[in-house]
Amino acid sequence: MPTFELDPMMMREIIMDHYANPRHFGVPAKPEEYEKVHADSDNCIDDFDLYLKYENGKVTDAMFNGVACTISKASTDILCDLLIGKDKEKAFYIIDQFLAMIAEKPYDQEALDEALAFKNTGRQAGRIHCATMGWTAMAEMLKKEDK
Amino acid sequence: MMFDPYVLRKDFPMIANGIKMQGHPLIWLDNASTTFKPYPVIKAVERYYYEETSNSHRGDYDLCFKMDQEVERTRETVAAFIGAKRPEEIVFTSGTTSSLNLLAFGYASKYLKPGDEILLTEAEHASNVLPWYKVKEMTGCEVNFIPLTEEGRLTVENVRKSLTEKTKIVSIAEVTNVLAYSAPIKEIAKICHENGILLAVDGAQSVPHKKTDVADSDVDFLSFSGHKLCGPTGIGVLYGKYSLLEKMDPFMTGGGNNAKFDMCGDASFLAPPMRFEAGTQNLEGIIGLRAAIEYLQKIGMEEIEEYEKSLKKYAVEQIEKTGNAIIYNHDSEGPIVTFNVKDVFAQDAATFFNSRGIAVRSGQHCAKILMDFLGTVATVRASFYFYTTKEDIDALADAIAHGKEFLDAYF
Ligand SMILES: Cc1ncc(COP(=O)(O)O)c(C=O)c1O
Repeated sequence: MPTFELDPMMMREIIMDHYANPRHFGVPAKPEEYEKVHADSDNCIDDFDLYLKYENGKVTDAMFNGVACTISKASTDILCDLLIGKDKEKAFYIIDQFLAMIAEKPYDQEALDEALAFKNTGRQAGRIHCATMGWTAMAEMLKKEDK
Repeated sequence: MMFDPYVLRKDFPMIANGIKMQGHPLIWLDNASTTFKPYPVIKAVERYYYEETSNSHRGDYDLCFKMDQEVERTRETVAAFIGAKRPEEIVFTSGTTSSLNLLAFGYASKYLKPGDEILLTEAEHASNVLPWYKVKEMTGCEVNFIPLTEEGRLTVENVRKSLTEKTKIVSIAEVTNVLAYSAPIKEIAKICHENGILLAVDGAQSVPHKKTDVADSDVDFLSFSGHKLCGPTGIGVLYGKYSLLEKMDPFMTGGGNNAKFDMCGDASFLAPPMRFEAGTQNLEGIIGLRAAIEYLQKIGMEEIEEYEKSLKKYAVEQIEKTGNAIIYNHDSEGPIVTFNVKDVFAQDAATFFNSRGIAVRSGQHCAKILMDFLGTVATVRASFYFYTTKEDIDALADAIAHGKEFLDAYF
């Protein structure tokens, strides 16, 4: 097993990078081709829409748009990175690993890549929802796809 | 007795016992939300369970008789504390929210008619807005807002300009819970009364921090919570002028608020305040509330107000000095500083402070306030009490100065 440890410096850089320069933030050019779901929070400013495009058994695009705090924006942006190109099974696997990590349960590090920057979110209980809301909303949308 | 916050801190187990948060000594700057309880309050509550357990107004034996006396003594203590003329003007509730609901449902929904108007401000707490919207739904009256000044202050001038023929009730906070501006309630009461309008005051953020005198201010109703003034949770007060309480309906009915009751459905209700206190009351809360008020009276409300003013000034100076924050209420009277750390979302800043053991509240504000006055979607609120020290504020200022490291909370 490769031991893959991110130091705090790298974690900070990853989060700030995805917060300041999100790759998947905005409304898709052709929103009608996307599934859409809303996510928001009682105790944070987060209030955004998520978009998912699923074709031929694969996620071909994922985006989100609205108001988001540092934690939710960076985590959702990384989520979009991770999901694009994956089939449904793999997508669920990644989301499950992330949720397990946040809940401080055993998880598969290798599935998470940059999302490992959120490894210690459980220490700030008040912010777990910020870190996970994009992920749980995306999982809901995936469940609805191609039934 | 010389006012000394360092001595007073020894009375509070949450401070004296060195409670920690995230491995750091707890720095409690969320006093607008709730306050710590000193030993005399905890002991008083304990005494009820160890030595004085019984119910009130069922008095066939000594313990129960004593309980009734405890309740009435608390009413007297509260009346003296806020300058009410008679203890019967003090109604026990579960807190400010329940006081305001009692007033809205028991009084306003009974007397207001379509076309009548209730005036609030945009800086009110939800508990002083939503009950009035219910009244609007029930009676067809209107709920309108008195404009605030650019900084967020309520002035007599703006109240005067807003009153109309239709206005029946004005309900405002004496001190608001985000910006902490203090409203001139005595002058407002005067112009309300000149126009036959009732003034209801939300005292949740004022009664704990300054001397209150309802006889002098002449407000018609005043609501406040025990837990924000070192008392237990679940106990609060609605003060009302006796003649108005007499006109008011109970919000709840049942045992303890009816004088006569037969199975034919005839009931006649007791006189205030009993009319509004159906069911077994929060007796430990009532006893604890008295202990809390006695504790504050021993310190002196003027001393508390004066000390908190100096703390507020100190906090504004120290936070400004970091050059890393935007403060939204420099000049307000209450012991609250509302701010943002530059380039850091309010919630992220609050999480960072949490990681350093500092408790503050981050919050969003209702759209109007934030657009008109703050120009931001959320702010951080640090609120003080008489046991807050300059060192607590220094710790906050230091955290603000390091605001750029806010993500450290997660590593
Ligand atoms: C101005 C104001 N009004 C009402 C309330 C509600 O008080 P409680 O929750 O004790 O009923 C609060 C408490 O936050 C407040 O600050």
